[in-house]
Amino acid sequence: MNELATELAARYGARDWHDQRKDLASIWVDPIRIHDTLAWLKDQAGYVHLSFLTAIDNIERKAFTMAYTLRNHERGHSLIVHCDIDRDHPVVDSIHLLWGQAWTYQRELKEWFGIDCPGSPRKDEEFVLEGWDDLPMMRRDFDSLAYSQATYEDRPGRETADPAAHMKQKLYPEAPL
Amino acid sequence: MKRGQHHIIPPAERATPDLNSGKYLVMWQGPQHPGITGNMSLRLVIEGDTVVDCETHVGYLHRGFEKLMERRLYMQNFPLVCRIAVPEPDFNEYCYAAALEELAGIDIPDKAVWLRTLSLEMIRLASFLMWIGGQAGAFGHGTIAQWSVTMRDYVLDLFEELTGGRIYHMYIIPGGVRGDVPKGFLQHVLETMDTIEKNLNDIELVMFHNAVYKMRAQGLGYIPPDWVDTYGITGPNARGAGVARDLRKDLGYLAYPRLDFQPLVGKVSDAYERSQLRLGEMFQAIDLIRQIVDKMPKDGPFREKLPNPLYWKIPAGETYVAAECTRGEYGFYVVSDGTDRPRRIAVRGPSYTHAVSVMERLVRGVNIADVAGLMVSLHTYPPEIER
Repeated sequence: MNELATELAARYGARDWHDQRKDLASIWVDPIRIHDTLAWLKDQAGYVHLSFLTAIDNIERKAFTMAYTLRNHERGHSLIVHCDIDRDHPVVDSIHLLWGQAWTYQRELKEWFGIDCPGSPRKDEEFVLEGWDDLPMMRRDFDSLAYSQATYEDRPGRETADPAAHMKQKLYPEAPL
Repeated sequence: MKRGQHHIIPPAERATPDLNSGKYLVMWQGPQHPGITGNMSLRLVIEGDTVVDCETHVGYLHRGFEKLMERRLYMQNFPLVCRIAVPEPDFNEYCYAAALEELAGIDIPDKAVWLRTLSLEMIRLASFLMWIGGQAGAFGHGTIAQWSVTMRDYVLDLFEELTGGRIYHMYIIPGGVRGDVPKGFLQHVLETMDTIEKNLNDIELVMFHNAVYKMRAQGLGYIPPDWVDTYGITGPNARGAGVARDLRKDLGYLAYPRLDFQPLVGKVSDAYERSQLRLGEMFQAIDLIRQIVDKMPKDGPFREKLPNPLYWKIPAGETYVAAECTRGEYGFYVVSDGTDRPRRIAVRGPSYTHAVSVMERLVRGVNIADVAGLMVSLHTYPPEIER
């Protein structure tokens, strides 16, 4: 697999190869080279299967980390390809022409993280959420608890909406709150 | 290599019917329709009784699991992960537990390996038994569902005996499994397998030799083999197209390398063959369960000691753990930042591909009466799309 790391480094400046298991590794590339890296891996290196793609909100360093997980069935090896994109301007190349199911993931990325993949089919259509007008829900600064408290009423029969306090009251009523 | 030199996939051709022409009808199938698997809907454009265009709509069962899991302790997520796929929660439990064990550097006892494998094969059988009722029912063969759901209940009885729960088991936990087998349980397993095997023989005779079922399922929903990589198709849908991939063999996780089996492969790749293939996998699951009962250690620990789950911090890192569920590749991508809660968990369910991209393409040109049968033949399950 080190040959692949060397090849990727030479071709696309890929770095930080990390073997998580003997059948799983990860590598980082610059976002501007993500499309070409994935295309080469698919067409030339046998990583023909896109298991999934998603993002991680690294709000502390103002970046979304993309994670494209590919599998090479011949070698029995999976590779997670990462790139960081600017959190304030979250745009990354679309890969819908490389894999037929990628547009669905990219539609999800737009709705859940606000990450745009220009050219991806139906990317601006609602996917899972309907009439959503808050921050994209998978961003770290979207507070799901505050959203729930503002949107829904508390379940009746509870003195507190805090599950920990409720269970403490229920199980140990004599203990101070 | 410059862009444009790669092998690219042309965007799926969409029909653009003139809806004002009076020639077409827009019809919604679902979200509450017996021909829809789970809570999902299809916006169909039909001409006469033929579908010319389809849009899939999901979101009716979105519960925000991936977001909720970021707020909870690792152990608190167990009641959530199993609920992502109701018919087969154990695959979620396994992928999540195995991912945490890998990141935390925990090895599990051999007996736990076997009990996990037993649990996964039992739920595979139960899930297929539910599916085959839906597949037969979609073509008007309701009797099969009554038989198969009864058989599924017998498997759920076994789960109740083993775990205390019928639908959600929370049996596979980090470090191993939650409990050992109760006294007499393995004998009950073998007796139940005999009962189900006999019933499956009846189902095979009644369903697969039925002229109506053959006429409607044969030739329906053909998946070309070159779509398998193009669309990320996995499981029986890929194996039906002649692609012999099975993660149980390819990844060799749990006790599968110590079991004697080969992936079942088809070549016709239509709804009829996919259903035959799944029936074959049900017999195969019975065989695997018998092998497990025969080979598993009868004594020894079933769980490794864990740190206090309320203060359990997983070292920073990421991993992706996948398993072969009834529908194909099921996986958990887990990112830890070294705290007591996950940074990110992403769930990869096979229906994400099969029920959206593949379904939208396959359904064009299909008779409206066969849409349900086609969808069930892909064995889709929408909640794993929405997570």
